[in-house]
Amino acid sequence: MKSKDRNYFKVLRAGINTTYQDLGRNNLHHIGIPFSGAMDKRNFQLLNSILQNDDNSPVIEFAYQGPHLKYFGKNIFFCISGNVSFKIITKDGAINGNCYQSYLLKNGDEVDIHSTNKSVYGYFSINGTFGVDYYWGSCSINTQAQIGPNNGNKFSKDLEIEIIDINNSFNKRKLDHLGGTIENIRVIKGTNYDYFSKSSQNEFFKESFKITKLSDRMGMRLQGPKIENIVDPNIKSEGLVKGVIQITSAGDPIIMLSDHGTIGGYPKIATVISADYDRLVQLTPGSNIKFKDVSLEDAETLYKLYQMETNNLISQIK
Amino acid sequence: MIKNILNLGDAALYCDFGSDVNQEINSNVIKYFYHIKKLNLKGIINLTPSYNKLIISYDLNIHSFLSLKNKIENLEIEDNNKTKKNLIKIPVCCDNNFALDIERIENKLKLKSEIILEKFFSKNYFCYMTGFVAGMPFLGDLNQEMRLKRLETPRVKVPKGSVGITEQFCNIYSFETPGGWNILGNTPQNIFDSSNQSNPNLVNPGDTIKFYRITIDQYNEIKR
Repeated sequence: MKSKDRNYFKVLRAGINTTYQDLGRNNLHHIGIPFSGAMDKRNFQLLNSILQNDDNSPVIEFAYQGPHLKYFGKNIFFCISGNVSFKIITKDGAINGNCYQSYLLKNGDEVDIHSTNKSVYGYFSINGTFGVDYYWGSCSINTQAQIGPNNGNKFSKDLEIEIIDINNSFNKRKLDHLGGTIENIRVIKGTNYDYFSKSSQNEFFKESFKITKLSDRMGMRLQGPKIENIVDPNIKSEGLVKGVIQITSAGDPIIMLSDHGTIGGYPKIATVISADYDRLVQLTPGSNIKFKDVSLEDAETLYKLYQMETNNLISQIK
Repeated sequence: MIKNILNLGDAALYCDFGSDVNQEINSNVIKYFYHIKKLNLKGIINLTPSYNKLIISYDLNIHSFLSLKNKIENLEIEDNNKTKKNLIKIPVCCDNNFALDIERIENKLKLKSEIILEKFFSKNYFCYMTGFVAGMPFLGDLNQEMRLKRLETPRVKVPKGSVGITEQFCNIYSFETPGGWNILGNTPQNIFDSSNQSNPNLVNPGDTIKFYRITIDQYNEIKR
């Protein structure tokens, strides 16, 4: 490719945990390959909808602090979803940007993504396609298993992000949306619920649990009253799904997130419902959460409502 | 053959084949796994077979618990065991640099290292499942007198290729990863090949494994 035809971002600062993500890898658990994919699926979906990209287009996910990028190439638009502070730096000066709104970038312009606000993950993409390699049908980077483009590693300084396709018919689009957080996480009782003492079962739903710093794309470790196991601290290892809450031998809950190992041997006290997963992953270390018990039927209905809400947001994009 | 199907959260079936760990129960799990995999049902996100469970996670936009449970319960699984069983031979070097826990194993089992290794290499092992990290096989069963608990404090890093034992099982560390199994050797063979997109695992559920012992020179030769 001649350099004058190239369109790319140069990474001036990588941010804390910046990776490519899409909808993830299906049907590979049996060989030990995790699901991965964007942590917050709603924000992933909204971003691709605003930018009029395909549903499974790659986006750049960042946590806490995002990347600082310098653009080289012909005019493009970008957009950021989540609750994120960022600046657009052009030769005329710097302006603060709003999430869920597309902005024009010209050759030499920069985007400096300072931080996510009261949330963990944010998403960045363009009206086009990043040049990424696919591994088992997905470009999601899993840094723990070292699977995905960039040799399965998170972004680092001086990386060049290639753009292989730009949608020239795109025009400015935006969505008025603030997003929201939750404190009560709704769960369904787990398959090993009766491994725990009555008083611990009660405490699990009555007391608050604090999200610790030992939280990442694989799991979220919580601290609160110790959960007392009265049967066996281990089970015969079996499959896991995202949202499963296991109780470790030390009596602490750990919630499985998108990059979780495929099997595990701790008893499962509960599972977070699908409708609450996107908002769960956005809770920052130090926040307190409470668990609320719901039935399977309610969880299925709540998920339908959640999807309707997402579709409703998508229909409001102008 | 499935004893019971429960829900694991709101988007997965928890198929329970029993509470024991043995090859008969596990063969049923594997049979269901391959059968359902072959059906290629729309909206299935993952099939996760283990010793005696099969987790089926699905897209909530396409399935609900009751409808999918119904479908799985009514599957006709052929009883004749048509799943092909591969015999895979894997070289292991038990040089002192690789047999990280051989002294601990000697002390716990009250056997000399040569006897331990002789017993270990004299058996074929069955692959119950693969996972935890990509490609890691869970194999069994070890002879009764070869069984011991995992390390009290797991290693932060177990070298790639390490062959370990715990309780009735042995495994191979396909990646450098934390782990608590008792390490008695190391294989130079690549267990997980990420450049092989269609079949990256050397060992798959239902396969039979024959370990054979090699010298450090042979190890280095294969590694080269």
